Amino acid sequence: MSLTPAVKTENLGRIYKIRNNRKEKQRELVALTDVNLEIHEGELFGLLGPNGAGKTTLIKILTTLLSPTSGKAWVAGFDVTRHPAEVRKRINMVSGGETSGYGLLTVRENLWMFAQFYGIPSQEANRRIKMLAEIVGIADRLNTKSSDLSTGLRQKMNIIRGFLTDPQVLFLDEPTLGLDVGASRDVRSFIRRWMDENPHRTLLLTTHYMVEAEELCDRVAIINQGRVLACDTPARLKQNLRHEVFFQVWVAAPRLLDEYPFLQIAGIKHFHQFPEEDSLRLEITLEEESVLSEVIGELTAQNARISRLEKREPTLEDVFVQLVGQRMEEVENVAVPAD
Amino acid sequence: MSLFPPIEHKRSGWQLFLMTVIGRSYPRVVGMQRERSWMFFDVFLPLLSVAAYVFVYRAIGAPEDYVGFVVVGGAMTAFWMNVLWSMSSQLYWEKEQGNLALYIISPAPMMAILLGMAVGGLFATLLRAIAIIAVGSLIFEVTYAVSSFWQLIAVFSLSMIALYGLGMMTASIFLLLSREAWHLANLAMEPVYLVSGMYFPVKNMGFWAAAAASVIPLTLGLDAMRQLVFASGPSLGFLSVETEIIVLILLSVVFVTAARFLLAYIERLAVREGRLTENRR
Repeated sequence: MSLTPAVKTENLGRIYKIRNNRKEKQRELVALTDVNLEIHEGELFGLLGPNGAGKTTLIKILTTLLSPTSGKAWVAGFDVTRHPAEVRKRINMVSGGETSGYGLLTVRENLWMFAQFYGIPSQEANRRIKMLAEIVGIADRLNTKSSDLSTGLRQKMNIIRGFLTDPQVLFLDEPTLGLDVGASRDVRSFIRRWMDENPHRTLLLTTHYMVEAEELCDRVAIINQGRVLACDTPARLKQNLRHEVFFQVWVAAPRLLDEYPFLQIAGIKHFHQFPEEDSLRLEITLEEESVLSEVIGELTAQNARISRLEKREPTLEDVFVQLVGQRMEEVENVAVPAD
Repeated sequence: MSLFPPIEHKRSGWQLFLMTVIGRSYPRVVGMQRERSWMFFDVFLPLLSVAAYVFVYRAIGAPEDYVGFVVVGGAMTAFWMNVLWSMSSQLYWEKEQGNLALYIISPAPMMAILLGMAVGGLFATLLRAIAIIAVGSLIFEVTYAVSSFWQLIAVFSLSMIALYGLGMMTASIFLLLSREAWHLANLAMEPVYLVSGMYFPVKNMGFWAAAAASVIPLTLGLDAMRQLVFASGPSLGFLSVETEIIVLILLSVVFVTAARFLLAYIERLAVREGRLTENRR
């Protein structure tokens, strides 16, 4: 294993200058602030954060598409600003919802074309395209025009494009965005197999799906508003919450509950309610289990009948709530997009 | 057995350059022929404007070679359209489609990508131009009297190098202008039809106007080709064919060199300002 980190950033920052029209005064949007990361060779590293957190900006800098306004970044030991050509030989990138390639070409032709840009001889490229298409399950679509593909199949084509060139460091920016459950599972299992096979490969995955980060990543950095708030293995991040107790409660209630009385209960840390088909799902975090009786008392007072109650293990979502004070979707609803 | 074996020999240097040119030209060489509608839009429609000029010239009793001038001009229009819509504004569309980012992060030189676009566009348009000349010559009974095949090939090749060099150069500029590029391309279309003498000998505009128009490679290329393929061509020519060849060589060198430097400059600028990825991301 190499001692040089596969990816390293030092006080990395990026400020966008934005102006909607010529008359408007230019304003600044801080997308990244003092990001310090070190990703080791062989690691599957996750960057977890809501939309607009700065994940894509970071990926753009690391893939030489954008220069930082402060700090430095290295990929495979090369400075992304000073030696972009060396970085480009060693990387590839796949983004979720990508519409790259040409609709008039078939899947095979599109993939072949991109392989040419990496100097992969045609015979080798075609052999790998066939093999990878079989693994991801689109071998029967290789001769289909890419404009005729569904979103899921198109993303599988993009995934092959990224892996086809055998990059040393691969960047996957929300690779399962917009995919159905089955296609997402296929993509995740493909990613894991690719990583497991060669200890020299490194993968940086951005996602705002907690389950994806939890299932795939060796280490995760939680990012919000351009800052890295925590970075560790999913297990260790969750361990910080070992003193808290998490409950999921389903109640039958005619409308949303009044949250105020719950938040007044001593020992209750978070209380969130989500309307479901014919019930309300409550996510409750308590400092200790004994507080639950008071919560149940308040539920009864508000005429909410409990249909199911589960104690659950902490998730990365809970880690995020602990760090930011809000759930990820709540942040997304108010965030100014920096990505 | 490994499912994802490492790639032993990735090509680099001139081999990578060549592979990139071939790869990027492929969608135009092969893909563009798949939509059969091109025969109607790219051959039949241009022939309509050619026909209009032919009828005007015949109505006023112009020399019969003028009909040939118009047919050749109509064929060359296809190249100008291709340069304008498929070269100059192409990097902008590639950006919006998400391809540009993938080109930039690959080890392929961007000049090779642009050259691939040009080669592919040239090939696809050549098919259309040949079709226009063949059908136009047949319908309007054009007779050709080629004085020198070698000079004709040289003039055509140089015109194409200079023209696509101009397209490569403007591609970088249009990339920076983003959406404005569409309006600029629209703006550049009709005036060029006029000043390049697509449908009449450029000499008729007067020396200085024709000299100014010569910065567009089509002007001199078309003028020289007409001199070489029609009996009355030399008498209606703007400059001698030899002089026009020299100017075309100069234009080729200037445009291709400028394209190279502009591309590097614009790429640096775009990386600094974050303009290489599509607007929606």
